[in-house]
Amino acid sequence: MERRATFRSPLLPWLLVLPQLLIIFVFFYWPTGEAFHWAFTLEQPWGGGRQWVGWQNFQEIFGSAAYWSSVRTSLTYAFGTSALAILIALLLALFIDREVRASRGWRVALIWPYAIAAPAIGMIFRFVFDPRAGVFSTLNALWPGAWDPALNGTHAMLMLILAGAWQLVAYNFVFFLAGLQSIPRPLIEAAAMDGAGPLRRMRDIQVPLLAPTFFFLVVINLTDSFTNSFGLVDIMTAGGPARATEIMVYKIYADGFKGLDYSGAAAQSIVLMGLVILLTVIQFRFVERKMHYR
Amino acid sequence: MVERRPWLDVFTHIVLLLSAVALLVPVWLALVAATQDVAGVNSVPIHWLPGGHLADNLAEAWRRGGFATRFTTSLIVAVGVTVGKIVLAMLAAFAIVFFSWRARVLVFWAIFITLMLPLEVRIVPTYAVAANALAPFQAILDATGLTGLIETVSGIHVALQWRLLNSYPGLILPLIATATGTFLYRQFFLTIPEELVEAAKMDGAGALRFLWDVLVPLSRTTMAALATIMFVYAWNQYLWPLLVTTEPERSTVMVELSRMVPRGDGLPEWNIVMAGALLAMLPPLAVVVLMQRWFVRGLVQTEK
Amino acid sequence: MAAIELAGVSKTYGTNAAVREVDLALPEGAFVVILGPSGCGKSTLLRMVAGLEAISAGELRIGGARMNEREPKDRGCAMVFQNYALYPHMSVAENIGYPLKVAGVSRTERQARVAELAAALELTPLLARRPGQLSGGQRQRVAIGRAMVRRPKVFLYDEPLSNLDAKLRVQMRLELRRLHERLGATSVLVTHDQQEAMTLADHLVVMNAGRVEQQGTPREVYARPASLFVAGFLGAPAMNLLPAEVLASGDTLRLADGTLLRLPEAVGHRGAVMLGIRPEHVEAGRLPATVEMVEDLGASVLVHARMPGGAALTLHSPADAAPARGEEIGLDLPPARLHLFDPASGVRLPLGRIPASQRAEDGLFVTSASL
Repeated sequence: MERRATFRSPLLPWLLVLPQLLIIFVFFYWPTGEAFHWAFTLEQPWGGGRQWVGWQNFQEIFGSAAYWSSVRTSLTYAFGTSALAILIALLLALFIDREVRASRGWRVALIWPYAIAAPAIGMIFRFVFDPRAGVFSTLNALWPGAWDPALNGTHAMLMLILAGAWQLVAYNFVFFLAGLQSIPRPLIEAAAMDGAGPLRRMRDIQVPLLAPTFFFLVVINLTDSFTNSFGLVDIMTAGGPARATEIMVYKIYADGFKGLDYSGAAAQSIVLMGLVILLTVIQFRFVERKMHYR
Repeated sequence: MVERRPWLDVFTHIVLLLSAVALLVPVWLALVAATQDVAGVNSVPIHWLPGGHLADNLAEAWRRGGFATRFTTSLIVAVGVTVGKIVLAMLAAFAIVFFSWRARVLVFWAIFITLMLPLEVRIVPTYAVAANALAPFQAILDATGLTGLIETVSGIHVALQWRLLNSYPGLILPLIATATGTFLYRQFFLTIPEELVEAAKMDGAGALRFLWDVLVPLSRTTMAALATIMFVYAWNQYLWPLLVTTEPERSTVMVELSRMVPRGDGLPEWNIVMAGALLAMLPPLAVVVLMQRWFVRGLVQTEK
Repeated sequence: MAAIELAGVSKTYGTNAAVREVDLALPEGAFVVILGPSGCGKSTLLRMVAGLEAISAGELRIGGARMNEREPKDRGCAMVFQNYALYPHMSVAENIGYPLKVAGVSRTERQARVAELAAALELTPLLARRPGQLSGGQRQRVAIGRAMVRRPKVFLYDEPLSNLDAKLRVQMRLELRRLHERLGATSVLVTHDQQEAMTLADHLVVMNAGRVEQQGTPREVYARPASLFVAGFLGAPAMNLLPAEVLASGDTLRLADGTLLRLPEAVGHRGAVMLGIRPEHVEAGRLPATVEMVEDLGASVLVHARMPGGAALTLHSPADAAPARGEEIGLDLPPARLHLFDPASGVRLPLGRIPASQRAEDGLFVTSASL
């Protein structure tokens, strides 16, 4: 990032970054600091401020079965959604890349789901999978209770994963297609000259060269599933039935805003932050490698 | 390349067509539901072909959701976030890339780190800040003893207060507090040839003049990409508006949409709800379809 | 009077010195060419004159006034960049007029001056186009127009021709020279192309490793290169350089294969030297050599020959009398055309003049070397 040609001024750069710094200070650094503050303190019941309690809040959440259940739920959701979304997107991109002539039109046909808000998707999928009005209503008419995400936790999770993957497919697809199109054309042509057919070229050349994009998307999809899933869960299941879909973000929201347990919610936030930072660090190390790779 | 694989071509098209259809099915069903009356939408088996009540349902959803005001609110928020983000991002990236100053690396990292933690994971304390955006400064004054000092000197007790709940700044500002745009702009600025900066210097242009005359016009594509991404991002926000708008009249389209389904076991009027969902998802959908090129570019470049 | 003076000018990056204590006085109205291989500090030197690079030590004066602290726009210089650095979103007219716009010149006057310049540079039909729609040569002219519009006292060119193809380069070279004659301003051009340097310069400065190796008219520098570096760098094909030894007598050279050559006059140096002779000065004679390769240049033929001791020699030969590959030929190295260099320091050894300071040591040297 070192550049030779720069301007010099003692004051101007500060004025230029000031608005951004102020905003991130108030809405990023301060709240993050507060989260740490709350996580290690407890509000006194009759006033008198917050008292330092060390790791007590963390011990409490790690000792709670409900917390571990939300961790398991989050992992199930994150890995289910990511795996589904990545595999489908990869297949689509490989096929579309073959069809160079029409790939532009296909791109529009496949990218639009990313524009749809989680609440709208949640609402639509909730209707589609509604036991009384949705696609499975016929099934339920024959065998009452065969499909009911409002009562069956597995059904609810499946529905959630499908909705989440439906949204992410479009995003992943864009990246896979960009990755495929950045593979130098002569490489493909060389393989064709060497006698490799289209399917063989996909397997031997395109898929291996997509490895960086693939790992990048795994990380991004997981991060997204951990943090960005609130809207879907809140609209579709509200964490139910019987906490079967209470993922970590939702539990933070429920404990913090409904249970008014700020310290517990803050401690959970810290754990989630750790998880997200870990994923981000992996991503940056990987992005670093991608640079060398090219 | 000459390559004749008719069967593979057919197969390719079938796979693509099936996927496009699979992606479309849920939305198609929603559309069909929005054209039914209450009996039609709850009939078993589900209807696959549209009925004739679309206009009624849309009108009813529009009325029931109070979408006239909600759309205005959502639009102001989305445009506010988009414009705010672009302006802040451009200025900050400009300072980071085109100036040599001692604190540059420090500032760069301070902004960079915000990429790591999305709003959702620090939602509870951010909400507390929204209740009083000046609380951080008050806390600093208290901690440094300045409050006491000012009180003894002037007799005025300093109590900074700026409540952001149910306000546009409250809806907009926290959504701007990330570095996505700054990094998009930084990447773009790094591609500007150094000689262009030097030519401008030789021509007598100062920093701001260079920003305005050269960088702003050259960054139009970056701007379009960022604008598309940010508009969609802001319009689709759910959690934050849900928290920060405690008064129903202040809520956004997405929050209102979620309220169209009764909590508890009541049977929702799916035809109206689906009509509402269609209305709510229309603006970002239109933006993405119309600005498809910029949207894709923005997505790939910000890498989120 | 000198238009640009540099006194002890240096540029250091951390501990790296890019330019080391350069002293130069560039004559007013001259076309000065700074020549050197890439990385020799010539561009840095130019950028220091322009004000794009801060001067680490020493003083720069333009028109007699100290310039070290002045901003680029206040130095009365204009610059043409290697990649032209045209503003891609502005039309040709806007590009040329931009310095005036920044300076606050009124729109009508701006248009008048742009139109006048465009006519002189034959850019009038292109004024509404964007740089992206122009050819390399046209972009070059727009860049020159943008430099001229403020009527600077000094033009700085940073490798302006290196991005053009060979034919256009020759044409633009002539155009630059013509422009210089017409404007009468001082021009400073940086290049690594020795042919460009020879043809354009009134005053040639050869740089190497951050230092000025030699300066003077191109003819002087070509005829009497001050160092091994200049000798090898200037001229295409390059000067032949052969290791040799000055015998005790001081007027006889022994080549690696034992061949003895008489010098026109005695030199002060004894022992190992580097002998230089330009290809065009090698003549037919009695020294045996084998032809290894023949390159037809069209107007003449370039012969690569090898002497029995293994030394390689390049020489020109008329096209109609070209030897064949493998042929044995006889050569002569005319004494008046020889250049001698100290192989350790690379400094040119003056023929026929013995510096007084060297004499005492020479006595010792003779005894050990005359075995």
